[in-house]
Amino acid sequence: MLTTVESSMISVLERCFELAYADMPEEGQEEDQLGVIGYFPVYFPEEIVHAAGLRPHALLGGGSTTEVRLADARIGSFVCSICHSTTELGLNGTLRPMMGFFAQPICDAAKHMVGIWGRNFPQQPSQLLALPQNANSAAAVRYVYDEYQRLCSVVAEWTGREITDEAVRASIHIYNENRRLQRELTSMKRDEPARVSTAEAYLLIRAGARLRKEQHTALLREALDTLRERPVRPRDKPRVVFLGGFCEQPPLGMIEVIEDTCFIVADDLLLGQRWITEDVPEEGDPIWALAESYIERSASSPVQYDARKPKEGMLMHMLQEARAEAVILAAAKFCEPGLDDQLALSRHLDAQKIPCLVLEFEEKMTSFEQMAMQVETFAESLLFR
Amino acid sequence: MVSPQTSPIEADARATGQRLINQWLASLGTARERGQPVAYVFVMGNAIEILQSFGFALVFPEINSLQTGVRKAAPDFLAKAEDFGFSPDVCSYVKADVGLMLSNMQHPSGVRMPPPDLAIASNLCNVYIKWAEIWERHFGTPAFVLDIPGKRHAEWRSAPDSATRIADTRWVEGQFRDLIAQCEAITGQRFDPDRLAEIEVNVNEMLRLWIEILAFNRSRPSPYNAMLDGLTYMGVLNAYRGTREGVEFMRLLYAEVADKVARGEGRVSNERFRLIFSGTPCYVNLRRMIELFESHGGVFAAADYLTYAAGGLDSAGLFYDPSRPVESLAEVSTLAAQMGLSNHFFSHHTLAQQVKDYAADGLVYHGIKSCRTVATSMADNREYLTSRYGLPTLYIESDLIDPRYWSDAQIKNRVDAFFEVLEQRTLLAKRG
Repeated sequence: MLTTVESSMISVLERCFELAYADMPEEGQEEDQLGVIGYFPVYFPEEIVHAAGLRPHALLGGGSTTEVRLADARIGSFVCSICHSTTELGLNGTLRPMMGFFAQPICDAAKHMVGIWGRNFPQQPSQLLALPQNANSAAAVRYVYDEYQRLCSVVAEWTGREITDEAVRASIHIYNENRRLQRELTSMKRDEPARVSTAEAYLLIRAGARLRKEQHTALLREALDTLRERPVRPRDKPRVVFLGGFCEQPPLGMIEVIEDTCFIVADDLLLGQRWITEDVPEEGDPIWALAESYIERSASSPVQYDARKPKEGMLMHMLQEARAEAVILAAAKFCEPGLDDQLALSRHLDAQKIPCLVLEFEEKMTSFEQMAMQVETFAESLLFR
Repeated sequence: MVSPQTSPIEADARATGQRLINQWLASLGTARERGQPVAYVFVMGNAIEILQSFGFALVFPEINSLQTGVRKAAPDFLAKAEDFGFSPDVCSYVKADVGLMLSNMQHPSGVRMPPPDLAIASNLCNVYIKWAEIWERHFGTPAFVLDIPGKRHAEWRSAPDSATRIADTRWVEGQFRDLIAQCEAITGQRFDPDRLAEIEVNVNEMLRLWIEILAFNRSRPSPYNAMLDGLTYMGVLNAYRGTREGVEFMRLLYAEVADKVARGEGRVSNERFRLIFSGTPCYVNLRRMIELFESHGGVFAAADYLTYAAGGLDSAGLFYDPSRPVESLAEVSTLAAQMGLSNHFFSHHTLAQQVKDYAADGLVYHGIKSCRTVATSMADNREYLTSRYGLPTLYIESDLIDPRYWSDAQIKNRVDAFFEVLEQRTLLAKRG
């Protein structure tokens, strides 16, 4: 018989699952009355859209439930699935409710998404938000500030609503609170992986991509309260870092397969939702605060060059902080930056004699038997080291 | 403007260009002996002018890699990179370069390529940045990532006094000043703005001539094939940009092409169809690909490659102002990025305009398996232009230098079928 705590957790997670994998909430849903602006991975300054009274909609791909029929004729076969499935969601009308679409220049395929959107959906304005690949110039924060000001003008033009500094400050406050709760969840997972699994944490965070931030904060608060009450059965599984989920998302089934035999104590899943690592200052010019935070209070990824954050150093730090003993290096199929980093990191780990498992995935995978065997073998090798 | 002559000129610009490229490659092999610092640069977004002003020898790894294809040495280099662990899906240029690193920098041209003191990687192809990260690890060379904001959407036009143009240009100028400081630290020399200005004067002259040379191919018949002769011309434009030799070459080339136009001499003796090429060459089967088209009397009058792989300067519509060398470098570079170098993602308007400007009968897309920058949405672009303009288009696919992706029979069949369509259209047009 389920305890109240477990029933409550299941109920929250079921709601999260519905939200997390909804390509677009039904039209007329309360959250979206004011309008939705969609954005392609990785990071987007959601506060600016939120301040305009809209819901920023993180486009996380069509996963395994979107049948790609139309998009394959538009995009090269050697391009990652998330580009195909997102285009499909546009072509099959699912994303029609969006007021507009942004992509960021994380990679060359992502830049093409704006071209595709403009040619196929001229009625739905689309643009690149040109976040810089050079994070190391003294001029970088000013440039991001200017580009964010441009974003404000564009959103104001699309919506007919001016975005005031006061509104942005208020949105930053709301997002800061949400980010603190996300960090709390991540810390709980790291320190007590038997209390909350990565699959559960994933659903809790991913649901935020489909809710107004205030609602997501309430959901997280409820989930964290419930999790603190949850009885924990200690389990002996190796602690691993998982990398590769910064853009195209691995299927939930893949995460669950890994967790059958490992604790994922640190990861880069849904990195865009967790890009800002500290509170954004709530005083002064809020657009400057967001711009500065993009450069100075941010995570690292294969698609943002920053000489201060060499990938090997960042991974070693992650391993240390998470008290992890091994790494699972995943890369989405055809993801060039992911594949390049996978090789560099695996060579580094080999040199450091840190065990690592290299995997490739696609968001549309539905069968994990072979992967399960690989992960199980890997986990056993860790237990018997 | 040089007046076209009415008798054939003896100089052969293409042979001269090839000689110049070989000379330049050879000079790279002795850069270290001369005590010359070495910079690795890419064809899109590179601050060549600044580097030239500091006397850097410029290595273009893209040219090194394409040469492995031209010289039929690519498979060995690619295999070394894949054995090392690089995925088959990674850009073949990158892999050929990794193969070169694993071959002790011994290039098939016979030159032992020098390692870099500095690497400039721009954001105009994100793979450049991942490539520079490989050098950081292999050579211990600092990467300078140059971010030049491109077009934000297909209809993007920023007016010179617009807030965005000012902000973008300020950003690029700030980075150029960072680069100047880094060059001073590496070379021990002070930046010389007069030297930069001299180089810019040379670039202006080369660019003025290049724009005219590109326009000459609007003549019927076209005096050169954009995707064969044009590649040699462009190679010199890149390797010798800002130099006196570069200016002299462009003058020679201009005179030769102008003369051919005056005499009505075409690249193809019986030019029947004029085509636009979108995409990169297949360097490993360059001549074969061109032969497939020229055998039907088809000539590539224009190619977007000659813009984006040549620095994009012809698209900017601006020349450098040598009285403000750093500022105008930033202005022109920003505009070149927006109008020429970031156009892959939004090239449908430019291609449609080129079809008109060059009176083209059709458009050929060459999709590259390992280049997502160029080829990701080519099929969508093609669908747009075909359905909007009823333009005959052909899509063929291979790779820059990996011969495994060249399927001769399949490509020939498609090319032949394309020309059947063009012939039919010509017949129907004649019948009115």
